[in-house]
Amino acid sequence: MTPSSASPLSSQRDTFRAVAMSVVPETAELDVAQWEEAERIVARAIAARPSRVQRQLALLLRCLEWIPLLLYGHRLSRLDSARRAKFLDSLQTSRLLLVRRGVWGLRTLVLMGYYGRPAAVAAIGYRADPRGWEARR
Amino acid sequence: MSEAHAYDIVVIGSGAGGGTVAQELAPLVRDGVRILVLEKGPRFADQEFTGRELEMAEALYQDGGAFLTRDGTMTLAFAQAYGGSTVVYTGTSLTAPERVIRDWGIPGLEHADLAARSAKYADQNNVHLLEEPLINDNNRLFVEGGRKAGYRVEQFPVNVKGCRGSSLCNLGCPNQAKQGTNRVQLPRAERAGVEVVTRADVRSISPDRTLRVRIAERPAGAKGAPSEWAPGEHVVQARMVVCAGGAIGSTTLLLRSPLPARLPCLGRGFTCHPALILVAEHPHAITNDVGHPKSYFVDRAEAERFVLETCMYFPFVTAKSLTGFGPSHSAIMRAFPRLQMILILACDHATGMNHIAVDRAGDPVVHYSLTDDTMEGLVRGTRAAARIFFAAGARRVHAPADPPLIEAREAGRLDERIAARHFRPGTVAISAAHLMGGCGMGRAPADSVTDVWGRVHGLPWLRVADASLFPDSLEINPYLTIMAVADRVAEGIRRDVRDLLAAPLEAAHA
Repeated sequence: MTPSSASPLSSQRDTFRAVAMSVVPETAELDVAQWEEAERIVARAIAARPSRVQRQLALLLRCLEWIPLLLYGHRLSRLDSARRAKFLDSLQTSRLLLVRRGVWGLRTLVLMGYYGRPAAVAAIGYRADPRGWEARR
Repeated sequence: MSEAHAYDIVVIGSGAGGGTVAQELAPLVRDGVRILVLEKGPRFADQEFTGRELEMAEALYQDGGAFLTRDGTMTLAFAQAYGGSTVVYTGTSLTAPERVIRDWGIPGLEHADLAARSAKYADQNNVHLLEEPLINDNNRLFVEGGRKAGYRVEQFPVNVKGCRGSSLCNLGCPNQAKQGTNRVQLPRAERAGVEVVTRADVRSISPDRTLRVRIAERPAGAKGAPSEWAPGEHVVQARMVVCAGGAIGSTTLLLRSPLPARLPCLGRGFTCHPALILVAEHPHAITNDVGHPKSYFVDRAEAERFVLETCMYFPFVTAKSLTGFGPSHSAIMRAFPRLQMILILACDHATGMNHIAVDRAGDPVVHYSLTDDTMEGLVRGTRAAARIFFAAGARRVHAPADPPLIEAREAGRLDERIAARHFRPGTVAISAAHLMGGCGMGRAPADSVTDVWGRVHGLPWLRVADASLFPDSLEINPYLTIMAVADRVAEGIRRDVRDLLAAPLEAAHA
């Protein structure tokens, strides 16, 4: 399943990926199939939220994409990684709770998409197993 | 067209409260009393507990464990399953502190009584201290670091039987070792003739004691058995109703029900032990994602308003709990085999502003803000956890700080490095799983929702039997106390049941 056309991810994939590469730099190494896997996880989580929240996410992604044009002369998805990180960091520490919340929520989705994949779990060395101690012998 | 049913006693919820009440009332079935338990979540088969993080979180928790408070700055975790949240806790089973029960100041609620009832369930659910060989490095380092840092470290009694150390307790034990109500009280109740219907969402309780119940269809490919009843709308006529859907479930249900009683305190007094996960990196790999995750704690509730507990979470929960993003965040995640974790719980107090409400659809809305006192508890707890990490030999600690990585050489500057300004809402991952209050017990409608036996003021046929009864924070892990309080509620029902079942329906309203 790929994100449906109604998903904020389908219309703003470039923005989402730009944010993802700042949040988890390792995402820059993901191939097409791995990106799809991460975005499937995120799309599923978004689909389970009320439509109001989905609209808010779409709006947030649009704002994130275009506000840097005013600040840096480039859209978020065209910014270099240093300025992208600086921009997101400024939002994360914004005086406005609404802005902080929005960035926090988006960051959470990125982390879910990345660390929700078995390959990422293995890559960080997480080895929990239902067999517990027996699996370590 | 709704399907109609009739029962003498309907228990709503099957967790620590509902499961206990179901077991304690089950002997009444022999006398012809018809008892039904309605549980919103499904009944899972043993093999469905895979330990896979996102899959199990989605199956077991409301909103996948990410139910947000009204302002979106804190997540609340509560399960929906046969066994309620006892399916997903770590089995930690403590008796309520005498000081806390005394401070609650409820006439007729004695600590000795709760302690005796807690002991009954500790025995019934195999509560004991884990043997030394089952303790992993994550826990050993907490003991070692805690003692070196000058704290009194205590071992958690846990309710496990045959624990294999999967470390996956919060995703439902894949080895059926945890003795929640799904393993002990509910099966006993069912064997005695109590009926349990799952996927049953009780939408309202009417003044004539009919319950409007929506049975959810099992979604295609979802975990859990289909409901015992046909999907769709059902009406259940009850003579007595016991709400045990947890602080949020019970409070929300009563708020959206047209009850013929004035209950000005309904929804008030919500507390939750706001919590923060802290991680530290050691120079070498430790056993952390194997073994029981929560074996020790430091209780500083009375003096400093925090409790520290060992913990070990899963990759996504860990990632979202860390402050910030980017290379430093990734570096800590890549150090997973070397990570030690501590959970900091702040001991909050009931305030006028923190409460449970419902939206227009009747769904829960939890209003919660951290008070200065609670925030200070979190900050002090974070500093204490950092001290323990460094005393245990950690190389660096990741905490709400700027920058978030605190190196061992900075261990002497923790008060400066970790400050309240770093805990701004929306920048730290605060979550809570000990949800309490909303239907507090007390003397009269002016100060509470129920009396000391869980009887809703003015409605003797309506009882509450879960953590929503707590008039203030318990300051420890609540499950054993919920069972003790539910045991009292069941005793009160057994005492009153003959009169209530004999009375004509309309006479029992007031």
